[in-house]
Amino acid sequence: MILLGREKPYRREMTSGNLAFAEAMRQINPDVVAAYPITPSTEIPMKFAEFVADGLTDTEFIAVESEHSAITACVGASVSGARVMTASSANGIALMHEIFPIAAMFRAPIVLGLVNRTMGAPLNIHCDHSDSMPERDSGWIQIYCEDAQEVYDTVLLAVRLAEHRDVLTPVFVCQDGFITSHCYEPVEFLSDEIVRNFVGTREPFWPLLDVDVPVSYGSFVMSEDYFEIKRTQLEGMSNVPRVCGELSRELAFVTGREYGAVERCMTDDADYVVVVMSSAAGVAKDVVDSLRGRGVKAGCLRVRMFRPFPYDEVRDVLGDKLGVAVLDRSVSPGGAPPLAAEVRTALYDCPRRVPVASYIFGLGGRDFFPADAEMVFEDLAEGRSGFAGYIGLRDKYARGRRAV
Amino acid sequence: MSAELKCWQDFPPGGIAFGATARQVETGLWRSMRPVLDAVRCVSCLRCWVQCPDASIITDSDARVSGVDFFFCKGCGLCAKVCPAGAIVMRPEAEFLNEPCGAVQGTSPEGR
Ligand code: SF4
Ligand code: SF4
Repeated sequence: MILLGREKPYRREMTSGNLAFAEAMRQINPDVVAAYPITPSTEIPMKFAEFVADGLTDTEFIAVESEHSAITACVGASVSGARVMTASSANGIALMHEIFPIAAMFRAPIVLGLVNRTMGAPLNIHCDHSDSMPERDSGWIQIYCEDAQEVYDTVLLAVRLAEHRDVLTPVFVCQDGFITSHCYEPVEFLSDEIVRNFVGTREPFWPLLDVDVPVSYGSFVMSEDYFEIKRTQLEGMSNVPRVCGELSRELAFVTGREYGAVERCMTDDADYVVVVMSSAAGVAKDVVDSLRGRGVKAGCLRVRMFRPFPYDEVRDVLGDKLGVAVLDRSVSPGGAPPLAAEVRTALYDCPRRVPVASYIFGLGGRDFFPADAEMVFEDLAEGRSGFAGYIGLRDKYARGRRAV
Repeated sequence: MSAELKCWQDFPPGGIAFGATARQVETGLWRSMRPVLDAVRCVSCLRCWVQCPDASIITDSDARVSGVDFFFCKGCGLCAKVCPAGAIVMRPEAEFLNEPCGAVQGTSPEGR
């Protein structure tokens, strides 16, 4: 990318995941933001509303009366041709649920900052993935970020990805509530000019406001056509891996940071690999480093993109391992935890059966410690597979760091 | 599969319909009660015309209510409810079985 003007191309600041998201929004300068506050994502629309009030954006900021109204206003604005962003968490995401599949079918390229928080009850404001996981079938792209820098970079990427002609699919940019959203860490921001050059302006296809080509969104369709129309939606999702790869390389050209659908940490020659998402990967990678120092062939695979799920990459990384542990930060009562289910699906076609141990951890913001990750690697060395327990759960009859 | 049904590749993205218009949608099909206008009682206040959710009240060139467009009228009864002169009564559709449901009552069948 050619740098014009005299603005410094980069600046480093101590900031949080939420504030990095809001700063990216200011730089992107979306046409419409409709949002309703809910902890821990509140800071995103709060900070952005400040930018709007200070005249730093041209955005139409709609302060609505509920999350349902927020996402509904976003859909209307998006199909009208506007570039649209919003944010929410937990029960706010659940209240938006009815509209998510509509946004996906309308191919409305909305970017939503999803700050992961557990679903009540009991009421709790801290992190797990029980708000975003139920949305995995809503038709939105789901990207899970490990830290604030990745949040910032991913917002920029998400705008281009969502609006790409071959994709036209809304995106959740997920980060762990409080752990990532509220902790301060150094983040490198691009200049406004570089960001605006990268994101450009939206070129909408079939916008509602184009009076020369009048279109209707949301028509009633009977059984003879519904299936065919639904099938058209799936095209966008299937083009994500190719388009996301191209855009990630383009963004990496300015940031120096490239993200794939998965992040491999010492996985090439590893015997045992822990699979995890979001901020807990930091702990797992630290433990991999220390185990390597002791001669244990440990590795960590962080799944960054959950929808579309990178089955091929996961199979390539894990297909030859002696043992794999999958750490889920949510439960599916009566069923397989969501990440474990996907990893097992990816491994089913391997010629050799790879043992997979599945754990639940971190519900309601329960901390995940290095000793927990070490226990998981010890389990793998002992050949553990199947459901392997709840990490850090207090249990009258269990010993150590895990209950079953 | 019959020839006129399209394959999924023939549909535009987003489930959109090009150049679609509600003018062609016969909402009158599900009417069970129909408004019957008594032109002698009508005082031309136009409350029914304002309130009708389907723009089914037809007016003539003097802006007087001249009929009901039964292609769209869904029989909600709002017009009868707001009429201050009792000029509209709701009658069961069963009494009009021999009339086509898209017919226009009144003298000036304009509108669509
Ligand atoms: S019954 Fe309802 S739809 Fe029909 S003319 Fe009266 S107000 Fe309009
Ligand atoms: S509301 Fe009654 S009186 Fe008024 S215009 Fe309609 S039919 Fe006539």
